[in-house]
Formats: sequence, C-alpha cells, structure tokens
Amino acid sequence: MSKTMANPAALPRDRGGPLQPLLIVDGLTKHFTIRSGIAGRATGKVHAVDGVSFSVGKGEVLGVVGESGCGKSTTARLLMHLIEPDSGELVFDGDVVGGPGMSVGQLRRHMQMVFQDSHASLNPRMTIADCIGFAPRMHGMKASEVTAKVNELLDLVGLDARLFANRYPHELSGGQRQRVNIARALALEPRLLILDESVSALDKSVEAQILNLLQSLKQKLNLTYIFISHDLNVIEYVSDRIMVMYLGEVVESGPVEQVYGAPRHPYTRALLSSKPSLDPRKRTLEPPITGDPPNPINPPSGCRFRTRCAFAEGVCAEQHPVLAADDTSPDHLAACLMHQPSSGHSKATP
Amino acid sequence: MTDFSNTPVVDVEDLSVTFQREGNSIRAVNGISFSLRRGEVLTVIGESGSGKSVMLRTVLGLIPSYARIGGKVQVKGVDIAGLNAEQRSAMRGRDVSMIFQEPATAFDPVYTVGEQIAETIVRHEGTSQITAMARAKDLLDLVAIPSAERRLKNFPHEMSGGMRQRAMIALALACNPSVLLADEPTTALDATVQIQLLVLLRKLQRELDMALIFVTHDMGVAAEISDRVAVMYAGRFVETGTVEDVLLAPTHPYTRGLLSSTVHAGMRGQTLQTITGSPPDLRRLPKGCSFAPRCTQAMDACRLDSPMARQVGGNHMAACLRVGELATA
Ligand SMILES: Nc1ncnc2c1ncn2[C@@H]1O[C@H](COP(=O)(O)OP(=O)(O)O)[C@@H](O)[C@H]1O
Ligand SMILES: Nc1ncnc2c1ncn2[C@@H]1O[C@H](COP(=O)(O)OP(=O)(O)O)[C@@H](O)[C@H]1O
Ligand code: SF4
Ligand SMILES: [Mg+2]
Ligand SMILES: [Mg+2]
Repeated sequence: MSKTMANPAALPRDRGGPLQPLLIVDGLTKHFTIRSGIAGRATGKVHAVDGVSFSVGKGEVLGVVGESGCGKSTTARLLMHLIEPDSGELVFDGDVVGGPGMSVGQLRRHMQMVFQDSHASLNPRMTIADCIGFAPRMHGMKASEVTAKVNELLDLVGLDARLFANRYPHELSGGQRQRVNIARALALEPRLLILDESVSALDKSVEAQILNLLQSLKQKLNLTYIFISHDLNVIEYVSDRIMVMYLGEVVESGPVEQVYGAPRHPYTRALLSSKPSLDPRKRTLEPPITGDPPNPINPPSGCRFRTRCAFAEGVCAEQHPVLAADDTSPDHLAACLMHQPSSGHSKATP
Repeated sequence: MTDFSNTPVVDVEDLSVTFQREGNSIRAVNGISFSLRRGEVLTVIGESGSGKSVMLRTVLGLIPSYARIGGKVQVKGVDIAGLNAEQRSAMRGRDVSMIFQEPATAFDPVYTVGEQIAETIVRHEGTSQITAMARAKDLLDLVAIPSAERRLKNFPHEMSGGMRQRAMIALALACNPSVLLADEPTTALDATVQIQLLVLLRKLQRELDMALIFVTHDMGVAAEISDRVAVMYAGRFVETGTVEDVLLAPTHPYTRGLLSSTVHAGMRGQTLQTITGSPPDLRRLPKGCSFAPRCTQAMDACRLDSPMARQVGGNHMAACLRVGELATA
C-alpha cells in the first residue's frame, strides 16, 4: 500500500504533526507463567514478548512477520492493553499511555484491532447492525445516530445495509464477516488499526477483495496499520516497513524494499527463501533451514536463533545480539553478531 | 513380466458425488476424470468448498453412505465400488493412504507414535511386533525425524507441529502404498517448515515411486510439488495440464482470476484483480458453466451446457467455450 502522509491541517486529531510517530513502543515485555500439577505451581515462563521496541509513522503500514508462536498476537494484545505488559511503555502521538495525556480507555478509541476471520469473531446472537453499533452505543451515541452510523460503516466496507443490517453472522460468508469485523473496528473512528492475520483464513480471491478494501479505507480515512501476517507475499504487498520477530524478539526491521531486497539477519534470509516461488522452473532444492522453531519456554541463550542458524559460533551462545543499523542504511536494523563490530564473531568487523 | 509402467494406478472416470441431506442434493463432485501412473504428482488446486476433500475421500473409499457416487474409481485396476467394507479397509494403507492438514486426524492421542505405526504394519502384513517396531524406526528415519529410536516413544502431542506432520507421513507410508493422497498437509505450517515438508514429500514420492495426489489452495505450493495440475471449481476440473501449462499459461478464466487475485512477490502498489461474486450454491448449480455467473468472458452459450474439456495444446485442457480465443490472448 502506498504511503499517504497525513495532512495536518485536515486532521485536527493529529497533534504532533506528520513527522511525530503515531505510536512508539519501548521495551515491551510479557512472560507468561506456566503452571502445572494439581497445586498449579509455576514451572516455567513463556518468553512470549521480550523487549520489543518499534515505532509506527503516521499513515504508515508496519508489517509484522514471523513464525507461529513468535509473539505477534501477544504484541498486538499488549498494544491494545487486552493484557498487561510486565514492562514497557507506549507513546501514542506524543502522549505516554497511562499518563495525564492519554488513558488506556482513550487509547482504545484511537487504536482498534481486527482478528482472523472465524465464526467466533462475531457474537452469533447479535445482528450485524447490533455488532457494529455496539461500541458507539456504549459510548453514549443516540439510537437514531447509531443507525445512521452503522449504515455509513456498512457502506464504507462495501456491504449493502438493506441486505445485511438485520442478518446474523452465520448467514455471512467469511469475506462478508471480515468486512463486518472491519466496520466494527472503525465504528469509533480509530487512527490506528491492528490487523492480526485478518486475511489469513480467507480464500485467495476473497483475500484480494479485502486487501483492496483495506487499501482504499486507509486512504479515505487516513489510517495507520499494523499488519500482522505469516504470509510473506501479503506482508510485502501491504507494508511500508517490516518488523521480523523470532521467539519473542525483533530480529530485523526496516523499509520493505531493504528487508525483502537485502535481508541482513540469517533468519530473515531463511524465512524469505522458504517462500514457494510460484514458478515451477525455480523450485526449492534444499530447505533453507531445518527443524521447527524452538519452544519459547526455555529460549536458547545468547542469540535465540543460534540453534537453527548456519553461521552460529561459540560467541552466539554467550552474547545477546542487539538491534543495530549498519553504515549504509540507518533505518535498516538487524540483531546478529555478524553485524555487530567487535562481537567476536569471525564474520564481524573487528 | 507385465509392464506396469504405463498402466495407471489410479483411474477415475466421470466421478460424481452427491450428498442427500434434509431434502437437498449437495453436488460436491460433478464429473471428474483423470488417471495417474506411479511416480506422478497431480496437484488439485481449488478454493474451499470446491470438492477437493470429497474427491480424495472417495478415492480412499471413505465416504458416508448417504452419498450417491456416480462414475468409476479404479485403484490398481480394481473398481472400488465392488469392494466390501473389509476389502476397502485392507486397501487403505496397503494400496492407498492419506495424509491430512491436521495430524490429529491420523493419530490417536493415547498411543505413542511408534505403537501406531507398528500396529498398522502388523494389521496389514501380519509381521511380529518386534519386526514392525523396527520398521517403524526406519520409517521415522526415512522422514528425517532426528533420534528416531527415542521419538518412537513420543505421544503425538509431544512432537512439534512439523515433526508430527513427518510422523504422519511415516504412518501413511508404513505399508508401501502405491498411491499417497495428501489433503492440504502443509496448509497450517509456517513457511520454513512447509518447504521442508514439500521437499521431503517430493523426494519420498520419487524414491518410492508413488503416485501422489496433492490437494492445496496455494499456487506456490503447487509450483513446488506438481508434475500435473488440475484446477477445481464447483466440483469440476476446469483446467488441467502440466504444472508449467497451468501456472505459466493459465487459460480458463477462473484459473486466470485465481492467479491474478493471488498476491505474488513484487506486487507492491498494484491493485489486485479480483473475481467478483462467490462460488455457486452446490444445491443449485447454475445451468451451463458453473463459473459463468462470475466470468467476465461469458457468452449466452456458456449458460446453456456445461462446457466439455477442450484442448489448449498438448495435454493442456480447459473446460471453457472460449478456449480458442483465450489461449492465444
Ligand atoms: N495466555 C497465554 N498463556 C501462556 N502462553 C501464552 C499465552 N498467550 C500466548 N502464549 C504463548 O506465547 C507465545 C507467543 O504466542 P503468540 O503471540 O500468539 O504468537 P503468534 O501470534 O506469533 O503466533 C506462544 O508460545 C504462545 O503459546
Ligand atoms: N459429509 C458431507 N455431507 C454433506 N455435505 C458435504 C459433506 N462433505 C462435504 N460436503 C460438502 O461438499 C462440498 C465440498 O466439500 P469439500 O470437498 O470438503 O471442499 P474442499 O475440500 O474443496 O474445501 C462442500 O459444500 C461441503 O459442504
Ligand atoms: S548472532 Fe550468531 S546465531 Fe544469531 S543470527 Fe547471527 S550468526 Fe546466527
Ligand atoms: Mg497469532
Ligand atoms: Mg478440504
């Protein structure tokens, strides 16, 4: 999706100007305690999200990729404050969340989430109109205004209000349900949408329709997206910037052209070359990495990728690589000891 | 000696499957024909509800009794319609076996992986438990599960997703089937694990000289695994050919629509072409071409009769009245 810079004059809600990031995330961490046995004793900790920091510019699409279990959904739920972080700070358009400028309640109006389509994503006993109108009603909007708002939202997501307003979720196809989920997320006029695998369960022809819809909504409503997906082609297609996660950590981030065109982290390279090519003449002969991602309960010491990394050396078990840029592209970060001068890795510049 | 190299191991002729439910006829499969030799990989691509799983289960002889089956399915020259329940169950595993998206479908959670593989071998071949367990270990080695000896004693839930999928392949291969049916076995896997499975399956299929029918909705997966491809829509094969024919020179308007609505690498900034509308209701299939209501190329004639497969070139076929014009376009 092309980047549309917000026009500050047209957007009274935009406080800090177009260059101030809409969201800054600093050191977000969440470990889940694993309990087992009858007594429910704590027996371990899942390092679901570990010191994740990033920022999202206004009008930008940040794509988040990584294998299942790497912490994408937990990150999203932490941003939404659906779960409490162990530590970390959010700054929304210049205001620290939980500080005087922005309460968690206010944040939830500015930021909304759309999940993967499933039958469970909408309350089966509520009509489509009631599902979409729920949040505005809770925020004290009058009944007549709610109806008008619901009709406007249905129209916005390409559903005919006369046909759909009074239907129930089970009467809808997956694509139609996902349009309703998007309408519901837009009901409070958020500035940031978090899309967590929002097109992943859909058939390709339907996925394409929803991707086109998201693109047009973004332009119409000046939205910013955090787009989470395990589909590498979809992430490349929608994103301006990419963040690659592995076992709860960010291992690489940067502009999409750089991350896809010249990936720096060995994991990103392996991930991208695992993508089937769509051209039968260019088949993959050798899988780029073997095995499954390790368990986040006891992540490997040092670099968490070292157990699957072709370049791992002794130092990789001892030293935890930090996200850092190289000289040529200050915006393109990777966390690998090969890119960390004097790390002691034989491929690092001493 | 008879030369089997040219006799198909699977021969399907005008197969149709209709489910009679609550006064409705659900026409899941509507006239499919193909044959497959040992060593060949046919991939069936289609969106959800197009009838892929029903077709596979019919070949496996696993279809509910309220289904009406038309046409003929022969496995190694034997018409499965003539087999009783016992003969069918003997055929499964020995001649034809299947792997699934969800290994839970194949494994029982209360027995170890080793016990289940060994049990299959004992049941089909009457070998001793010790021989069967040794074979089970070899099978885990074959599918590249590290420390096979130890892994035999794992319960399915003790394995990671990718490993469980490999164990399921080992189970399916336990009795050297001639035909392996794969129902979206990589769909739930991450990219790095999916590609390992695809490369493994391709290698095993070649080494064991099996026929493989691989079902997927993913064009990229099809490109990695197939010799031949069939595109399925509303229970019919609308386009068939070599994988190069179908993916590089798609001809049927549905195949073209599907490919152009699939996000490829390097498509940033382009608007995706979509197929309007949705697949037909299988209880009320439209007269004529099932794709006509969504097709940008449809003519009046398309709504009269269901189009026969027409030759695009070589063995590349498309069931579309406009094949001649579209193939050159
Ligand atoms: N409520 C929870 N309790 C315990 N573990 C959890 C919980 N939620 C997520 N996890 C674990 O945290 C890790 C990250 O999960 P998740 O964020 O859902 O990953 P992703 O969305 O990238 O697939 C996984 O190992 C998952 O099992
Ligand atoms: N046992 C059954 N009874 C009735 N309808 C069925 C049954 N199994 C499948 N169907 C229907 O047949 C059609 C094709 O299903 P399926 O083969 O599972 O599609 P696919 O695998 O391509 O997604 C669907 O409309 C499905 O609802
Ligand atoms: S730090 Fe070491 S193990 Fe980690 S990615 Fe770099 S080379 Fe590989
Ligand atoms: Mg998730
Ligand atoms: Mg299926």
